[in-house]
Amino acid sequence: MPAKAKKSTAKRAVILVATRKGAWVFHGDASRRKWRVDGPHFLGHTISHLVLDPRDNRTLLAAAKTGHLGPTVFRSTDMGKTWKESTQPPAFAKVPDVPGGQKGRSVDHTFWLTPAHANEPNVWYAGTSPQGLFRSADGGVTWAPFSIINDDPQYREWMGTVQDGTPDGPKLHSIIVDPRDAKHLYIGMSGGGVHETHDGGASWKVLIDGMEVVQGYGLDPKLPTCHDPHCLRMCPSNPDRIYQQNHCGIYRIDRPSDTWLRIGKSMPKKVGDVGFPLVVHPRDDNTAWVFPMDGSGVWPRTSPDGKPAVYVTKNAGKTWQRQDAGMPKSQGWWTVKRQCMTGDTRDPVGLYFGTTSGELWMSRDEGLKWACIARNLPEIYAVETALM
Amino acid sequence: MKVLIPSALRSYTESSQAEASGANLAELLLDLDRQYAGIRFRMIDEQDNVRRHIRIFINGEQVDNLKQPLRASDDVTIVQALSGG
Repeated sequence: MPAKAKKSTAKRAVILVATRKGAWVFHGDASRRKWRVDGPHFLGHTISHLVLDPRDNRTLLAAAKTGHLGPTVFRSTDMGKTWKESTQPPAFAKVPDVPGGQKGRSVDHTFWLTPAHANEPNVWYAGTSPQGLFRSADGGVTWAPFSIINDDPQYREWMGTVQDGTPDGPKLHSIIVDPRDAKHLYIGMSGGGVHETHDGGASWKVLIDGMEVVQGYGLDPKLPTCHDPHCLRMCPSNPDRIYQQNHCGIYRIDRPSDTWLRIGKSMPKKVGDVGFPLVVHPRDDNTAWVFPMDGSGVWPRTSPDGKPAVYVTKNAGKTWQRQDAGMPKSQGWWTVKRQCMTGDTRDPVGLYFGTTSGELWMSRDEGLKWACIARNLPEIYAVETALM
Repeated sequence: MKVLIPSALRSYTESSQAEASGANLAELLLDLDRQYAGIRFRMIDEQDNVRRHIRIFINGEQVDNLKQPLRASDDVTIVQALSGG
């Protein structure tokens, strides 16, 4: 009698892929070698972020809009089998029509979704374009403006205008909740710098010391509006350590220090340290991955020299190693956006990224080897993962 | 009154046509939202502006003022603008 196959107890990875034309969910087997595709969800909708709540492992939020319609948030509690729309999506406060008065802002799209602290079930934060910060206390059903930021004159100045942001609008992103303190949050503003609050948003502190201004330009580095952090990641194993992929460099900060250290200077000169996403190791605060982009000349923001690669540091940025096994050796002009690279918490860590050309790639061994697991998707806007 | 619904909004109404009432366009849109929760915000932003790629016509005339009075006999057409590629 044949021995019964040993049933794996490993949690199965799920990849949540948000694209310009809909969302897809990839269900992995225990070995993360085979993936079952589920989708499209919301075909034709621009999905900026698709996130599973790690506190209940069943609530899924999707930040959506379409070419014609305004923004909304969809919510599922059965892994996308059914969806319900938020009854009150993120929206700025209505400003009364006063001749010559300040015009009110309108949310163009919700860009970023973050589940709040583990002790605050059903609380979520959202960052929008134009830049705004919102909170839901009911699992994403209703949203309200959060903290002073949205209407504070100083913050409005730092946020700049539509011209000061990314091509499809300035974005508030990288909302990070300190696992030790629900009231301690960090945010990134593109543009507008990095900010933190210790009192649940009643007051905010600018955190830009050490960050350099893009190519100099003679601008004052003390001005938040001159800074464009693309992606902030807090180390789960050490919440005092945060890595940042900035428009013009890779940085690290070790709190309580208030000064960022540009660790990207140790990247190879031909590659540089421009990029969008950054991933941190779930158990080792010295290990982080980036996906460099070409920031020379007119800033193509594609893989330098058409040779895509991930770079990893295992010593907090002192040195970096190239990881490109399995990727094209030439003519690979990929762009990977800031929300499009992530990692799971398995051992070894699984890494995942999606390109604007609609390819989804993964590594089962912390970046040593890479494989394409999906092609021909629409432009990928965000990749998140969860273990079920 | 009769309201023609564009394809982008039929996930709410499940029909190309809806019935709604109101003394003006703002009231009519609120009535639509009462029947089809969420539909108004997809067309009208939080500052009460008609969204960039939505057009509303009353008896064939384009209207962007929500205070526009309506009569029970009016035909309201909501259109997804010919924008994009």
